[in-house]
Amino acid sequence: MEKLNKQKIPTNDNLLIVVESINHINAIVKAILSMDSSLENIDSPSNGESLTIESAIANLNGTDLGLRFYAAWWLGRFRVNEPQAVSSLIKALADEDDRTPEGGYPLRRNAARALGKLSDITAVAPLITCLQSSDFYVREAAAESLGMLGDSTAISPLTQLLEHGLENGVLVATQPDTKEPYDAILEALGALKAVDTIPLIQPFLQHPIERNQYSAARAMYQLTGEVEYGDRLIKALAGNDLQLRRSALADLGAIGYIAAADAIAQTLAENSLKLISLKGLLEKQVSPLTPTLSSDAIKVMNLMDLLL
Amino acid sequence: MTNSLTTQKLIDAVEQADSSAKLLEAVQNLATAASVETVPILIAALGYNNPGAAVAAVDGLIQIGEPAVLPLLQLIDDFNYGARAWAIRALAGIGDPRGLETLLEAAENDFALSVRRGAARGLGIVKWHQMIPEQLSDAQQKAFEVLIKASKDPEWVVRYAASVGLEGLAESLTERQSQLAAQIFAQLEHLQINDVELSVRSRVHLALEKLRSQTPVEILRKLQDNNTSESEKVSRGAGRR
Repeated sequence: MEKLNKQKIPTNDNLLIVVESINHINAIVKAILSMDSSLENIDSPSNGESLTIESAIANLNGTDLGLRFYAAWWLGRFRVNEPQAVSSLIKALADEDDRTPEGGYPLRRNAARALGKLSDITAVAPLITCLQSSDFYVREAAAESLGMLGDSTAISPLTQLLEHGLENGVLVATQPDTKEPYDAILEALGALKAVDTIPLIQPFLQHPIERNQYSAARAMYQLTGEVEYGDRLIKALAGNDLQLRRSALADLGAIGYIAAADAIAQTLAENSLKLISLKGLLEKQVSPLTPTLSSDAIKVMNLMDLLL
Repeated sequence: MTNSLTTQKLIDAVEQADSSAKLLEAVQNLATAASVETVPILIAALGYNNPGAAVAAVDGLIQIGEPAVLPLLQLIDDFNYGARAWAIRALAGIGDPRGLETLLEAAENDFALSVRRGAARGLGIVKWHQMIPEQLSDAQQKAFEVLIKASKDPEWVVRYAASVGLEGLAESLTERQSQLAAQIFAQLEHLQINDVELSVRSRVHLALEKLRSQTPVEILRKLQDNNTSESEKVSRGAGRR
């Protein structure tokens, strides 16, 4: 038995306790992929003090950096869609007090992530400004949130950022290009139904970083509805790398690709992530208005039951 | 004799596995053997943080069934929450009433949502007929109360699991328990309209469809009549604690 202990893989599982939505898995997958330590606070709300809306807003506007950081996350997590929360978070996008040794802006990152969840379009313009931030993770969070807010004015600035990876319409021929958060940008363009950007997205299907290929496939599926792109993500579920399987789960859930149902249930990954992915499929199958359940919807639920 | 020799080989293979792929394969083989001697190894495999191996081990433990129940119950408290979730799934799948207290406690109070959801589902698949008849009705009432609480959990997936559990519990009731059945119907009907998550409402919809198709018409009519008078009782039960 002693020997077996060495099999234990270092655990990221504490990050998975409160995974509750596709966007949340995206954040976690990215945290795992990028080992962005500022995201560790995502793990469990029980680690933090319990806040009220008033105290969260007060903390965000206070001076304690830890409390500000946590409050920004909390307001997003509990979707506190109140004008005062939104305006305080927008103000936090320009914070200068909270800095990492490398020059990053932890509070700006969390504020940008939170604003994506509050569906208030007054955040769109300030988030577009964040796409110019010197901090990669601020750009990433802003791109992701702009995709969630669904305002088409974000398409052009996102496209400009994507073009940093292209030269005359082909991928820049350097080593794996990590200049920009291409995955978040591609996903946002897909969510924003930016069909004009298809020719710019397509090259990223060959990007040397697999995660970016998946994001391109996800966006291409959303923009064209062609099954080859969904099928590419199904293939990714059979890959060797757990983190890439996790991210394919998130992508398939986001596009609600029904043909992936069995592959999702069978892939080697945490049931929590499979359930969230299948939830994305299910919600595409049931509209609040349809009074009957389709056979596909029932099939997805039967798969979900077995994963509980 | 040959049988336990083979089992020993399979156990050795697990202990000698030096990659996560080999470990997975070894645990899968061991689980397929489903032999009582493998219980401790399968339980240990729940804690390796190898999801594939854990799934295989849970399947193996469910296959072994009754002899795995006490070892699981003895170890469950020592586990980290990841392994505890798998152990709860194994207990839930076996459905042995001796696991009931653990499932009730886990569904109600565990801090990890993966544990609460596994336990809530498990409350719907207990083998109630193995229980002493005098304890049955209290135990089912308690399961109902815990499931009602789980159906208000802040996490959608726990509420989803609670609706699966309520469906299973309703299916296990006899005609003499029409009052509890009526309470379950009332709660499911409430959730179908009021849960904020479309996927939870959909699962509740499916539960109600299945239950209605299984329940004789005259009982359904009786339940309908009961619902109005029982609804107050439901909220009282739910408000406890």
